[in-house]
Amino acid sequence: MLAFFLKRLASLVFTMLVVSALVFAAFEFTPGQMATKILGPFSTQDQRDRLMEELGLHRPVWERYFEWLGNVLSGDLGYSTLYKLPVNDIIWDRLGNTLTLAAIAFAVMVPLSVLFGISAGMREGSKLDRTISVASIVTTSVPEFASGVFLASIFVIGLGWLPGTATLEAGARWPIAAQLVLPVTVIVLYDLGYVVRMVRASMVEVMTRPYIRTAILKGLTFRDVILKHALRNAMIAPFTVILLQINYMITGVVVVEAVFAYPGFGRMLLDSALSQDVATVQAASLFAVLVSVSTQIAGDLGYMMLNPRIRFS
Amino acid sequence: MQFATATETNSRPGAGAGKPPVLELRNVSISYFVRAGEMKVVPNISFKLGQGEAIGLVGESGCGKSTVAFAVMQYLGTVGRVTGGQVLFEGKDLAKLSPAELRALRGRKISMVYQDPMSSLNPVIPIGKQLMEVPMIHFGENEQQARARALQMLREVNLPDPETMMTRYPHQLSGGQQQRVVIAMALMAEPSLLVMDEPTTGLDVTVEAAVLDLVARLREKHNTAIVFISHNLGTVVRICDRIGVMYAGELVEEGPIADVFRNPRHPYTRGLLSCIPTLGADKNSRPLTAIPGQVPSILNRPKGCVFQPRCRFAIAERCSQDPLPTLSLSERHRVKCVRAEELPSHDKLPQGIEAVAIGDQPVDAEAVLRIAHLRKTYHQSTGMFGGKGYDVHAVDNIELEANRGQTLAIVGESGCGKSTLAKVLTGIELGSAGMVTLAGKEISQIPVEDREADTKRAVQMVFQNPDSTLNPSHSIGYVMERAIRKLRGLSGREAKNETSTLLKTVNLPLEFASRMPRQLSGGQKQRVAIARALAGEPDLILADEPVSALDVSVQAAIINLLVDIQAKRGATLIFISHDLSVVRYLADYVAVMYLGQVMEFGRTDEIFAPPYHPYTEALLSAVPIADPDVHQRRIILEGAIPSPQNRPKGCPFATRCPRKLGPICDNEAPPMQTTASGHRIACHIPLDDLKKVDKVVVA
Amino acid sequence: MAMSDTAGAVTRTWARVSLLRESPVGMVGAFLVVFWVLVAIFAPVISPFGPNSNDLDALVDPTPNAIHWFGTDMQGRDILARVIWGSRTVLTVAPVAVAIAYAIGSLLGLLAGYYRGWADTVINRISDIILSFPAIVLYIIVIMRFGPSALNIILAVIFIASPQIMRIVRGMTLELREREYVAAAKMRGESALYIMFIEILPNARGPLIVDACLRMGYTTIAIGVLGFLGLGLPPPTPDWGGMVKDSYALMSIFPHMALFPAAAITSLVVGFSLLADGMREISMRD
Repeated sequence: MLAFFLKRLASLVFTMLVVSALVFAAFEFTPGQMATKILGPFSTQDQRDRLMEELGLHRPVWERYFEWLGNVLSGDLGYSTLYKLPVNDIIWDRLGNTLTLAAIAFAVMVPLSVLFGISAGMREGSKLDRTISVASIVTTSVPEFASGVFLASIFVIGLGWLPGTATLEAGARWPIAAQLVLPVTVIVLYDLGYVVRMVRASMVEVMTRPYIRTAILKGLTFRDVILKHALRNAMIAPFTVILLQINYMITGVVVVEAVFAYPGFGRMLLDSALSQDVATVQAASLFAVLVSVSTQIAGDLGYMMLNPRIRFS
Repeated sequence: MQFATATETNSRPGAGAGKPPVLELRNVSISYFVRAGEMKVVPNISFKLGQGEAIGLVGESGCGKSTVAFAVMQYLGTVGRVTGGQVLFEGKDLAKLSPAELRALRGRKISMVYQDPMSSLNPVIPIGKQLMEVPMIHFGENEQQARARALQMLREVNLPDPETMMTRYPHQLSGGQQQRVVIAMALMAEPSLLVMDEPTTGLDVTVEAAVLDLVARLREKHNTAIVFISHNLGTVVRICDRIGVMYAGELVEEGPIADVFRNPRHPYTRGLLSCIPTLGADKNSRPLTAIPGQVPSILNRPKGCVFQPRCRFAIAERCSQDPLPTLSLSERHRVKCVRAEELPSHDKLPQGIEAVAIGDQPVDAEAVLRIAHLRKTYHQSTGMFGGKGYDVHAVDNIELEANRGQTLAIVGESGCGKSTLAKVLTGIELGSAGMVTLAGKEISQIPVEDREADTKRAVQMVFQNPDSTLNPSHSIGYVMERAIRKLRGLSGREAKNETSTLLKTVNLPLEFASRMPRQLSGGQKQRVAIARALAGEPDLILADEPVSALDVSVQAAIINLLVDIQAKRGATLIFISHDLSVVRYLADYVAVMYLGQVMEFGRTDEIFAPPYHPYTEALLSAVPIADPDVHQRRIILEGAIPSPQNRPKGCPFATRCPRKLGPICDNEAPPMQTTASGHRIACHIPLDDLKKVDKVVVA
Repeated sequence: MAMSDTAGAVTRTWARVSLLRESPVGMVGAFLVVFWVLVAIFAPVISPFGPNSNDLDALVDPTPNAIHWFGTDMQGRDILARVIWGSRTVLTVAPVAVAIAYAIGSLLGLLAGYYRGWADTVINRISDIILSFPAIVLYIIVIMRFGPSALNIILAVIFIASPQIMRIVRGMTLELREREYVAAAKMRGESALYIMFIEILPNARGPLIVDACLRMGYTTIAIGVLGFLGLGLPPPTPDWGGMVKDSYALMSIFPHMALFPAAAITSLVVGFSLLADGMREISMRD
């Protein structure tokens, strides 16, 4: 178990190194391009040469990569050309905001998806099953920006119950709790269906297993069969999938944040990308990958804990 | 309907006089409702089971025996339903019980033991908790009481170290141990009826023998009535008082074991008995008789007798009468055949007769295949970066030879290395050390891709699993023509002609060329696989458990086909099997393997008579024989087969050997002792002592 | 023989597809997908206006009316026309990208699963790296670096989808390569390519067809999302995601401008998903 964890940790370090090189290389323009980009197309060759000298751009790529990597590791994430601030000064607030949104969405989504998935999967082909299945296919198929449009036209424009933006500004017309309702709903709608289908599929599979028959023919009530014998087995396979949603919620909420003007991490990534703010995009990408790889490891570990067949082998 | 009149007479004399039978099925019909419509799987079945009595229901796959078992449990899934008649348990109609009453009965009064114990136990709950659940629901016991009861039960089913066993998860147990746990769980509440659905199918034969022995003992002790479902007539003989033979959903013959086996009156029962190879007969003394034709489809059941289309005694006008009456031959022996009383007496197979030495065998038979000191070692890496790890010796220092035109059988239980050996011979795996020479050419070091065209042609294989042997995307004709083209270089018209010839050789009609594998039955697929192997006119045919997945009546036909083809073509056959009866029937030479080593090798008649290797002796004793008049010495092997990575240092069989001499067996590899005729036994016990035992199987 | 076997395979595949009639959910999905495919093919015939023709008179009141059934946008362009032409954009980009991703992913998956060893290690390592990026981050980096164009979007989809498809095919290959018919093919001397493409791949088609349907849906969403984020096709190409983006700020005044394209993309994705579910249902039957 420990060996496995260390192995995965080593692979995380390896992945992060490669990813950092890729992220660096993706924005590694030729030095001349870089200078032109900063000084504009009407700069003279002389100006550009001087800038390159100043920025050390004439040095070999790998040297500049290691310098950048060293800076990143020592906590210097560079300077954001969009926000006119060190990246360090913005990224943590933005991460915090996104984490709030993600945590609420996760807390709503997980119990609901387990409840729906288990209820649908325990009697395959029942009316309840078919209703939940089709509903979850439909909700995951609505792109977030489209469901944002639909929900906004009902609750914001039609009924006027909720605000159409979630800028998190305190003292605004709407309390922060109200501002969060629509973003959370959009995330949960999009994500829920997918997880429900995973849980359902796993539950359907478990219900056909002979040990469920053993439990029934032992004289257990259906309720006990589900709760004591089926549930835990049915959660093994979807566990990883559920944890991976953390990853989606932290980095994949770009769209939701764009729809509701939410000052989060995803929004920051998008805005900096649209304005060619290289340092911010690089830092954000590294964080995104780190979160994604870490949740994968957490998922694998949890899977092992849940499954005695792997735990004791 | 007809059974109803006869049922009154067949309860065990004296058993529970006055009390209702434990179980009674009265004209029960069971159907599955599927998209195609109603499938009347069991049209009408009746039987009774007295207290403490055991009935075996036997039949081939799809005959409805498991359906009957689940009907007794009132558990037919969402598509199955009892559509008529009554299932009475201690006089109560189970269909009339409320769900709560039914729950109170299940696990308490009626419990079940299943096929495939591994998947019948919950993988994420420790054994102890699963056992304790039973008294906790049914007797309202607290954890402590339930725990004591569970421990007691684990002891009763002979599981070592019950305390530790309680904390184990199912996957940490061997198959035999798992089945003992399931049996313990079923008997926890001292039920009056135990339903066992193929409880030993999938277990190794020595493990099966120990489990059957345990069931017989517990049955005696607890006086539990048993419905024992099996496809293997031999296991029924070991457990049951009565036997019911099922065919296409009907109980065609039912009676006490001795009556039915000594005097089978239904042509199907006779057919079954004559298509099973037994330890006493071989291909030279008597060919197996396969039952022609196929089981009719449920949607297209013939009028009157269901067996009529395949029956050689059928007389159209009499056998088509509907409904067909059931005849009571004696008080307890019933047969659903109008001609039961007029059939000639049944010739029982010769049993336990000295095997005929291979007489017509040329004295200086030429060894085509020689295996010398062959090893196959897999490296299993564990540890963090794959640094550590251990070696699994799947095949360890094997020495064998096979003669031209003869059959060498390799027998052994799971993990003995027989299939690995086959993979090395085919070149799908490479040998780790040693040599394999085919007609003088070394082949164990050349992967199949790099073998010379002629070697590929010369070595072909027939595989075990009929469902995976043919590519589901390719038609039979395509498969055959492809094989003919690659192995013989023929194409076009020539390939088509050759396909027809080969299909004819394996007794398949020509139209099959245009069929897809899913349109074929298991036996037909195996025939195609044999035809495919024959495409290159091979010198050496490997057959890895080619009949183990087939029903006995089909099995006989395939075995006969192999014998026939080999005789005609003079090819050498290596037949890998776990089934000693089949091996006895078709082999000229036999090698007995255990944990990667050959324990005994010799002519078939020598293997089946003393001197025996102690392992062979135990194997022979374990084989269930479908004849109550044959006596086998009982040698029960305790413990499980060690996993190949924990193989004992000395003799691999030392951990379970009932004749173990002492530390020498644990520590030193046994010497290979050879008799004058070339019979080889790897054992520390001197040959003379090994000769001093009686035959295991005596008629 | 090989020919007749191919013909047979086509007939059998068709027979399976026609089984879809027994799945009501799948039929609804098929109907939606076929509807949009027809709209895309016949766009020039059925569209009332060109996608970029401006009706300046409509600027006064862009809401739906008898001439502009779905209304017009802020530049006076007919929304119905842009929705119709927008289907062409998505139904060209998505199938091309998915098809190429399938070709690459299947090839790599077959190689990794069949040969195992170092080929498997290398292919897996590379995919792990690509898959360690959240998809949206990769899209953003690729488009930011190479600029928004149909070709770049297709390349980005291929880059992201191929490793996923590779994993599916690899998993199935690992299982199928152990089948006895593969051993039989090796024993009669078939080449590795023959075994991969003729013996293994056809037997993986069931799950792959289902996955391809789902993937068409994901890709449609991805194209829409890129458009909505301003990373999609450059204007004035009619693009559903971009249409929503352009009008989103005016939602409170003219909700129709965003609602119609949002409904269009939703119905197409729902169509693909329901179709995939129907395919899954019929593939479970045998």
